[in-house]
Amino acid sequence: MTATDQTATKQTATEQTTTEQTAAAAYKWVGTRPVRPDGVDKVTGKAQFGADRVLPGMLEGVVARSPHAHARIVSIDTTAAAAMPGVHAVITGADFPDLSDSGASADDVSRSRNVMARDKVLYVGHVVAAVAAQTRRQARAAADAIVVEYDVLDHVLTLDQATADGAPLLHPEMVARGIDPEDARPNTASRVAHERGDLDVGFANADVIIERSFTTQAVHQGYIEPHAAVADVTRDGRAELWCSSQGHFAIRSMSTTVLGWELSDVKVTPAEIGGGFGGKTTIYLEPLSLLLSQRSGRPVRMVMDRNEVFTASGPTSGSNIRVKLGATAAGALTAADIMLEYEAGAFPGSPVGAAAMTAIACYDVPNFSVVGFDVVLNRPKTAAYRAPGAPAAAFAVESVLDEVARELSIDPIDLRLMNAAVEGTQASYGPTFPRIGFVETLEAIRHCDHYQSPLGPNQGRGIGCGFWFNVGGNSTATVNVHEDGRLTVMTGSPDIGGSRSSMALFAAEELGIDVNTIQSIIGDTDTIGFADVTGGSRVTLSTGAAVIEACREMREDLCRRAALMWDVDRDLVEWVDGRAQHVDRTETPLSLADVAAKAGRTGGPISVTAAMNMRGAGAGFSTQVVDVEIDPETGQTSVVRFTTAQDAGTAIHPSYVEGQMQGGVVQGIGWALNETYTYREDGSLDNDSFLDYRVPVASDLPMIDTIIVEVPNPAHPYGVRGVGEVGIVPTMGAVANAIHDAIGHRLCDLPMSPMRILDAINQGNG
Amino acid sequence: MTRTHVQCNVNGDEVDFLTDPAESLLNALRDQLGLLGVKEGCGTGDCGACSIMLDDAVTCACLVFAAEAERSTIVTIEGLADADKLHPLQQCFLEGAALQCGVCTPGFLIAAKALLDRNPDPTETEVRYALAGNLCRCTGYDKIIRSVLAAAEEMRNDHGVSL
Ligand code: FES
Ligand code: FES
Repeated sequence: MTATDQTATKQTATEQTTTEQTAAAAYKWVGTRPVRPDGVDKVTGKAQFGADRVLPGMLEGVVARSPHAHARIVSIDTTAAAAMPGVHAVITGADFPDLSDSGASADDVSRSRNVMARDKVLYVGHVVAAVAAQTRRQARAAADAIVVEYDVLDHVLTLDQATADGAPLLHPEMVARGIDPEDARPNTASRVAHERGDLDVGFANADVIIERSFTTQAVHQGYIEPHAAVADVTRDGRAELWCSSQGHFAIRSMSTTVLGWELSDVKVTPAEIGGGFGGKTTIYLEPLSLLLSQRSGRPVRMVMDRNEVFTASGPTSGSNIRVKLGATAAGALTAADIMLEYEAGAFPGSPVGAAAMTAIACYDVPNFSVVGFDVVLNRPKTAAYRAPGAPAAAFAVESVLDEVARELSIDPIDLRLMNAAVEGTQASYGPTFPRIGFVETLEAIRHCDHYQSPLGPNQGRGIGCGFWFNVGGNSTATVNVHEDGRLTVMTGSPDIGGSRSSMALFAAEELGIDVNTIQSIIGDTDTIGFADVTGGSRVTLSTGAAVIEACREMREDLCRRAALMWDVDRDLVEWVDGRAQHVDRTETPLSLADVAAKAGRTGGPISVTAAMNMRGAGAGFSTQVVDVEIDPETGQTSVVRFTTAQDAGTAIHPSYVEGQMQGGVVQGIGWALNETYTYREDGSLDNDSFLDYRVPVASDLPMIDTIIVEVPNPAHPYGVRGVGEVGIVPTMGAVANAIHDAIGHRLCDLPMSPMRILDAINQGNG
Repeated sequence: MTRTHVQCNVNGDEVDFLTDPAESLLNALRDQLGLLGVKEGCGTGDCGACSIMLDDAVTCACLVFAAEAERSTIVTIEGLADADKLHPLQQCFLEGAALQCGVCTPGFLIAAKALLDRNPDPTETEVRYALAGNLCRCTGYDKIIRSVLAAAEEMRNDHGVSL
């Protein structure tokens, strides 16, 4: 998920005269709000999600999981389980190839051991075996009858425990990256650093220096649909996998890698996906269901229970963060010294790299050092979660910035404006920003009614800002014209928040036809060309670019065909308002249907595919303002008003842009105020249900007001930036700053629960 | 295991099936009756994705044994639309972009219908509390609440639509 945008920097000089108004006026379909193509199926219950696939003779598969946080597997005896009623197949680590000797990447080795333990279990819930039986209850009973002998080891559950001298090691063979051997600490997989200028000089030039330490807790993406997969391996060695994921091509390559199968022998069909937020970019049940299906000769469905989702699918990292900022009396930032320590879970790979790159990317700071550490511990392997790594780092930086603003008596928006990254600023992570819209988001919030309005009693107001790269990447689009002249747009990008609509809008705009007549669908891995995962806010940008490219080629093809039909020169034909037109108006214009009807005589079926690796993602920024009200008796925080401004580049379907903004904010509110993983000392998760892991509900929240800022991305034909992720980045900092404003105390530890707020109030008064 | 014979009315159809005592109504609806629009998000009554109308009360199907449905009347998401005409709630959810992934949508529509059946003119706060048992992780609820309020208004204005 850590993708930088090196290529976009080359586009800095692009003429950018399009303003929001003229851009909107120039489009007929882009910027409108049609009903999404998959909408009716989703409001009538017809849409098929991961668990909704039913095949004749299908077995049900379940997983046996480790009760220990850290243990060596001495033996596994499956004989009794295999003999139980209804059982058709039992698999363990011994049924998978050992990738550690195969030249596979470290990530592949980790993934293979995460989906099925070998030798050692590294967290409570780590998979040790899987069973397929006629019914789920039979499969569960058999899984419970598997006898695993463990040699239990000491475990570590927190960053401090994991890195303490003499801590038990999860991976004794692990070689730390980026750390000199003499500086090595236990369980520390890697160190990343971004540095510029001279910190000593920077702090010497500061009139005010503020340093704070923060902790954030692991939180789960909390998608409502549990992981699910249905596999069907046929006797000719071909396999079909139906599953809900953010990228069926990635699922195919990861699954076949851990199984040691040929990649193209497996066809993966994307089910509707019931939320992912990054958490469905990796594999859990998929390779298990494939292997169980192969062993049993029957289709196998596997669905996680909610407690399995919490216990064993990836949350995002908890962290320890230290931030020290220096500024002049006038408010210019002179230095930033930032240390980030992120939980990776049981295998290396926390998003600390992206956290280090994004931590101060909103600001132009002459001297800085951002150092990050990736630490393994006996918890589930973390997975991507919306702008991975960025929100926790932003929480810390935005909190200290708020302190600087208070210390200097400068309005928090003014302080940020004074230091804001603009076009031409060298980003803290390397490249120079092309045209970006950070300042525009700050100005939008400064001028909105919310920021100008008075506060009530016990209320406080906070500002937060955030940055996310957004990414480009590989996408394929095929556009087919049917015999009746209607259009199908197919891509390989699972639609997680309405992207089918955006693809249809691009096609409607390019070809001048009614968006409501366009089919917009997602092809399986055998049907459409490759696409990277739906992640990094990349689909509208990159898959959209492929759709646009295909439609432009098709327009050219349609003009060529019309010229043939009229027997005139190609140059005398233009495509206007969905029709081929003779430049001299001497012919009756031809609609898509007219051209389609004669396709056989003008070169055959009308179909265009465009495949590309889109460079030039457009950086995304968001600024948010929140009002909270604190109950001084209980310490309860109510969010009473929230406004978020975000640079979308160009909003293709504004409703779904707003939806991404609102959804990100509310996840951030949950992370700020309630959500946290709580572990028992034995390493088991204490709150593995939605009852105890409380995500925000409707009655906790106000409306989330949105301001879409449109500063077009110069590298995209429609100016798209990508909108899915940055909306969560500012929120925790904004909420913390609002709480400080309300109670006069800085909370540096998430979640900012009523207990912690009461403690802060009482300590302050004591 | 002895299986119990259950007869009930689901979305206007008289149906019957055999169930064992431990089977939830959610599993029976999904696996035996093929009503896959009823979603499972948790299985413990905490997410509302499995919401159905059971004898006119909005109910988490995962918390009820299938055997308890004997002689009951059930409405699931599959029974919300009137033949080919969408319920105003469904139409307003579509137009208001009240769904992103859509997995929570069946539960929200059923819970919202239950609310509007008993209170045709709810305030925003009443809608928020009526839907507090339904989790949505995608939308932040904003567009869901607005769509329910819009549907309520439309239904009040259009007496031709039966609630
Ligand atoms: S599945 Fe029934 S409430 Fe969640
Ligand atoms: S739309 Fe995805 S959970 Fe509600």
